[in-house]
Amino acid sequence: MHPIVKLLSQRIALGLLLLVSSSAMIFGLTEALPGDAAQAVLGQSATPEALENLRREMGLDRPALVRYFEWLGGIVQGDLGTSITNRLDIATSISSRLGNTLFLAFWAALVSVPLAIFLGLLAVRYRNRWPDKMISGVTLATISIPEFLIGYVLVYFIAVQLGWFSPLALINDTMTLGQKLNAIALPVAVLTMVVLAHMMRMTRAAILNVMQSAYIETAELKGLSSFDVIRKHAFPNAVAPIVNVVMLNLAYLVVGVVVVEVVFVYPGMGQFLVDAVVKRDVPVVLACGVIFAAIYISLNLVADVVSILANPRLRHPK
Amino acid sequence: MKDQLNYYAARVTAGKMSRREFMGRAAALGVSAAVAGSIFTQAVQASEPRKGGILKMGLVGGESTNSLDPAVAASQVPYHNLNQFGETIVNVNEFGEIDYRLAESAEASADAKTWSFKIRKGVQFHNGKELTAQDVMRTLERHSNEDAKSGALGIMRGITGMKVEGDMVVLSLETGNADLPFLLADYHLMIQPDGGFDAPAAGIGTGPYMLESDEPGVRTLWKKNPNYWDSSRGHVDGVEILTINDSTARMAALQSGQVHLVNRVDPKIAELLNRAPGLSVKNASGPGHYVFIMHCDTAPFDNNDLRLALKYAINREEMVEKILRGYGTVGNDFPINAAYPLFDDTIEQRAYDPEKAAEHYKKSGHDGSPIILRVSDVAFPGAVDAAALFQQSAQAAGIPLEIKREPGDGYWSEVWNVQPFCASYWGGRPVQDQMYSTAYLSTADWNDTRFKDPEFDALLLQARAELDADKRKALYSQMAMMVRDEGGLICPMFNDYVEGVSDQVQGWVSDPTGELMGGIASHRVWLAS
Repeated sequence: MHPIVKLLSQRIALGLLLLVSSSAMIFGLTEALPGDAAQAVLGQSATPEALENLRREMGLDRPALVRYFEWLGGIVQGDLGTSITNRLDIATSISSRLGNTLFLAFWAALVSVPLAIFLGLLAVRYRNRWPDKMISGVTLATISIPEFLIGYVLVYFIAVQLGWFSPLALINDTMTLGQKLNAIALPVAVLTMVVLAHMMRMTRAAILNVMQSAYIETAELKGLSSFDVIRKHAFPNAVAPIVNVVMLNLAYLVVGVVVVEVVFVYPGMGQFLVDAVVKRDVPVVLACGVIFAAIYISLNLVADVVSILANPRLRHPK
Repeated sequence: MKDQLNYYAARVTAGKMSRREFMGRAAALGVSAAVAGSIFTQAVQASEPRKGGILKMGLVGGESTNSLDPAVAASQVPYHNLNQFGETIVNVNEFGEIDYRLAESAEASADAKTWSFKIRKGVQFHNGKELTAQDVMRTLERHSNEDAKSGALGIMRGITGMKVEGDMVVLSLETGNADLPFLLADYHLMIQPDGGFDAPAAGIGTGPYMLESDEPGVRTLWKKNPNYWDSSRGHVDGVEILTINDSTARMAALQSGQVHLVNRVDPKIAELLNRAPGLSVKNASGPGHYVFIMHCDTAPFDNNDLRLALKYAINREEMVEKILRGYGTVGNDFPINAAYPLFDDTIEQRAYDPEKAAEHYKKSGHDGSPIILRVSDVAFPGAVDAAALFQQSAQAAGIPLEIKREPGDGYWSEVWNVQPFCASYWGGRPVQDQMYSTAYLSTADWNDTRFKDPEFDALLLQARAELDADKRKALYSQMAMMVRDEGGLICPMFNDYVEGVSDQVQGWVSDPTGELMGGIASHRVWLAS
């Protein structure tokens, strides 16, 4: 077997193992919480008989291990279970929320990733001169300000005072793509500001590191323009750490945007998860946890695979 | 100036001011003739409801776990959603009187133990089915059932029998209750086809708007019900209810014109918001009140002179001004205000009087040790500040108060109704009987002042069964005086409903029975073009 295929299948198998163990951890942690779902549903009016009945109805009277494997089996088949508060199928109620979260993350990534890499290259090209300092200064400032504050500032000046965009990012299925993009303009701007600095700085550092190598000097001596040196020789060799940090930030765009969703009243997963936690809707919390874990793990897997593929020593073994 | 101009425009709308007069007043305020002319035209048009448009409401109090089942509604967004599709048999209007809705009339037996409601004919549910007395009875049956977990279960407990006679629903009660129609106006008791047994959360009722789409915790769309029976209500083509729990986002949505109505404006920002163009902040004095409660059976509060000393030692005006920023009214140490029917407004208002407080304090013979007042900000917004104000005003009368801050977590289980002196709040009830029975009857679980007076209990039962309004009013007045002068309640203020309303919205009335015109703003307002 080609070593690269072997390496990749190892990575993927490891990723799957990690996913299963994180699902066990999520299940175990919710089990360890004081009180169970039956108690959460009945609240103060719980009598011992009512509790017992509801536990039987919800299958909570069986051993945790059996329930875990049943639950895992259901997930493998795409069945996330039923919400205990509104008795709706979780998969259907999550799908539109997850779609919204991915929609926002996609557009935020589409704006921020190319912008960050471009700014990083620009900073290297003019390193230690004013464009470099300005880019670093501004992006570090936006990452340091809490995102809800940036959100409120944008809402106040751009939506309320200027009236350019809507302060609410409430999207729904009846809107056209243009309307949706108009609605999410402000949250995308906020998310871009939050993730920009991390990726930009990493790009700059990784390329500067490569720039000190002998082959860059050779390229310069060949007479290539400085931007071509970066683009053709430095960037391909610096791609692994950049992809890593890009993937980390993409994962953040999906799983870490609860605050932005609240500020802009965006109907995504974050708000959904918060509601479920407050109502102790354990099956929904579990489902959200597993989905978030799967997204995080698979994005990191992609980063690993890309850095393996980008390494010529692994691509062309002796 | 804006307020005055609005006031004149409202007079025009009400037909109480001529064009000549309006233009003159507007000129006196320095408004140009052209602007005044257009305001006048708008105000005249406003008097006639305009049909059409989509009314958008941005509300706090919704979660993705909400359902449209009327029985389990507890927070604000479900409350407003129910009011779009559903109707109760009667409604309490802004004057505290009964409006007959799905019932045409009601009649009680002389002892108020048997009530007959005549159900309106020719009303259709959204699914095309005709409303019958049977549907009404089945709805009440469902809410009486423990399984439905209805918020109206407490109300239904007093009903011992129900039957249908032709187009009448006849209810028999355990004890006479003259207030039954007010209780049946409870928003949980929306009439559903066959009581909603088959599909409680289907969102089908007889109301002016029909369900178009529902995304719990995000938004719910309602469209006009073309077969609605009451042509004087339901002017807009549709209603859009958006859940906006974040206060800043809600205010921004109103200011940018994304929504026409928002609920729960924080009094702290109400004044600022009111200055923004294109909207105004409206308030309605509701039955909710903020209180300090003493246990009448625990030392040192078992001494009525000490209780009176503390009642005289609180500065009510200052609290309304500083804690509620003027969005409220002063309380008078009994839990009733003008938001309740049969309120006696001739009862003398108790005022801050350090001398009288000192006098009573001296008479009580208290040993001078500090009196411990327990507070937390979960008791009501600004409770800790209110306690500090109380401490200062009591200090002036020589009464030493010691404030003990309690953690918000567990306040309602460890402090309220347990400790002898603490801060709390009441949301109020639709009628006096229900308020007094919940918290001032000797045997009530929530008697959080331990006020136990057999004479008071007897008056309460007597008033409940009394059908003559004047006699009842006199009884309630007597009861109010007992609580005011002997009870353990210090009630410094009643808090208003504070709401933001776009200038597009016409026909707004101040309604103390609930937020946003008692929940039926969308039935009664219309949108300016």
